[in-house]
Amino acid sequence: MTATILAGPSATPTTPRRTGPPGGSRRPRRSPASVLLRSLSPLLLVALWQVLSTTGVLDERTLASPWTIVGTTKDLVSDGLFGTTLQQATLVSTRRALTGFGIGAVIAVALALVAGLWKIGEYAVDPPMQMLRMLPHLGLIPLFIVWMGIGEAPKLVLVAFGAVFPLYLNTFAGIRGIDRKTIEAAKSLHLTWTQMIRHVILPGALPHALTGLRQSMGVAWLTLIVAEQIAADEGLGKMIMDAREFLMTDVIVVGLVVYMLLGLLTDSVVRVIEGRALAWRS
Amino acid sequence: MAIVTSEQTRTAQVARVRDHHRTFGDNHVLRGVDLDIAPREFVALLGRSGCGKSTLLRGLARLDPVPDEEIRIEGRTAVAFQEPRLLPWQRVVDNVSLALLNSPQRKQRAELARQTLEEVGLSEKAGAWPLQLSGGQAQRVSLARALVTNPDLLLLDEPFSALDALTRLEMHQLVVQLWRHHHMAVLIVTHDVDEALALADRVVVMDEGQIARTWEVHLPRSDRSPSHPEIIAARAAILETLGVRPLPRNPDRDPITGELR
Repeated sequence: MTATILAGPSATPTTPRRTGPPGGSRRPRRSPASVLLRSLSPLLLVALWQVLSTTGVLDERTLASPWTIVGTTKDLVSDGLFGTTLQQATLVSTRRALTGFGIGAVIAVALALVAGLWKIGEYAVDPPMQMLRMLPHLGLIPLFIVWMGIGEAPKLVLVAFGAVFPLYLNTFAGIRGIDRKTIEAAKSLHLTWTQMIRHVILPGALPHALTGLRQSMGVAWLTLIVAEQIAADEGLGKMIMDAREFLMTDVIVVGLVVYMLLGLLTDSVVRVIEGRALAWRS
Repeated sequence: MAIVTSEQTRTAQVARVRDHHRTFGDNHVLRGVDLDIAPREFVALLGRSGCGKSTLLRGLARLDPVPDEEIRIEGRTAVAFQEPRLLPWQRVVDNVSLALLNSPQRKQRAELARQTLEEVGLSEKAGAWPLQLSGGQAQRVSLARALVTNPDLLLLDEPFSALDALTRLEMHQLVVQLWRHHHMAVLIVTHDVDEALALADRVVVMDEGQIARTWEVHLPRSDRSPSHPEIIAARAAILETLGVRPLPRNPDRDPITGELR
């Protein structure tokens, strides 16, 4: 079984010990002064937005002012919209994103292991995956609605479907990119097959897999936002759709900001995991 | 004569190679190799690049599939390669203890790993990441990883050829010390004649996939300075076997020191 890893012709000859994954997460730490300077332009833009709204150049029905949005956020947190508070809606959406992403991630890692460890697995798994990843998955919404209606199922399946590919591709590349010599050294220690996977293959593929994980999280959120706006009976998408009916641009903007913060939050979590798990590269 | 060409006639061997052949495509890398390694023997396998010496080592380590009747091993083997080949994502001590995952001493493996690191003089680096080590330090860890299982045969595949000359000398001393302490046989593959003569009880010269000649070195290791007459004679004979012609003799030069009279 090991022979197939060693002989994989499609293995990229990268040594994981020196090179990080593409688009690695490590950047130089910024000084406090630079952080301050970098936050100036976004703050100025928000100030300009407020000025344009106050002077009436920007119609309140087109886009609510930042100040209005702050007030709306308070109201949505305390009273909610049509009986649903912002927290409840956020919780529902987060649960959907994480569930869909989790299903996709398990499938992606399992498929990447099958394709990465066995030549026959690669022939079986990789061609269909390469074909399916070209399929614009958001285009599947009509088909999924026909198959599964408009409940939770089509949303979760769509999020999972979108999240599978970046994680699969990166993990597969990570497994194939592990130095043959490292694998051989592990073999000379008489490790069993499962010990080899646990101590050599998975940690060796981890830098690439974590890059894939971050991309997959991004896709998961994006997919959820689209899926929720087609049909939803609860969640942030439902709140935004309700607001659209009554031209409440302030509520729409609050929903968008929450989506943004959630994406940022999950990305930071993965970054922290990366920092911990890849400490050996420093 | 302390250095003699000899045919091996021993009984209980750690490794026993008989009429061993390896072919890659049209390339006959090994053409009938016979080699015995006795317990606690220190053997150097010497030859040019491509003579098949590393292929023979891979067979002995069972890294390549080899028929049992061609290579028989009694006991446990361990390998240290030219590059340290540590797992960069495991700390130094975990790299060493990894070798004990399937051994009976599994429970005390962190303890044993620390002891072995102390033997190679690296106990203070136990918690470091492999990428933080120098080349020589990493190679010591690689030696510790091979030694921690107490192998009966330690296989070294050009382990010092990437190190600087001073570090290499230190490693020579270390290997001899470890060999004495661990009561194991060592087979070192090298293309460095002086390294082979400094370390081994027996120097086996390979050429074109066969064993061309064998020398036994009986001098104590402390006496094996490169200018010792026996070492000079052995080096000249080995080089001749390898096809390296000595310069024509100059009657004005001292034959031993090479200095002009």
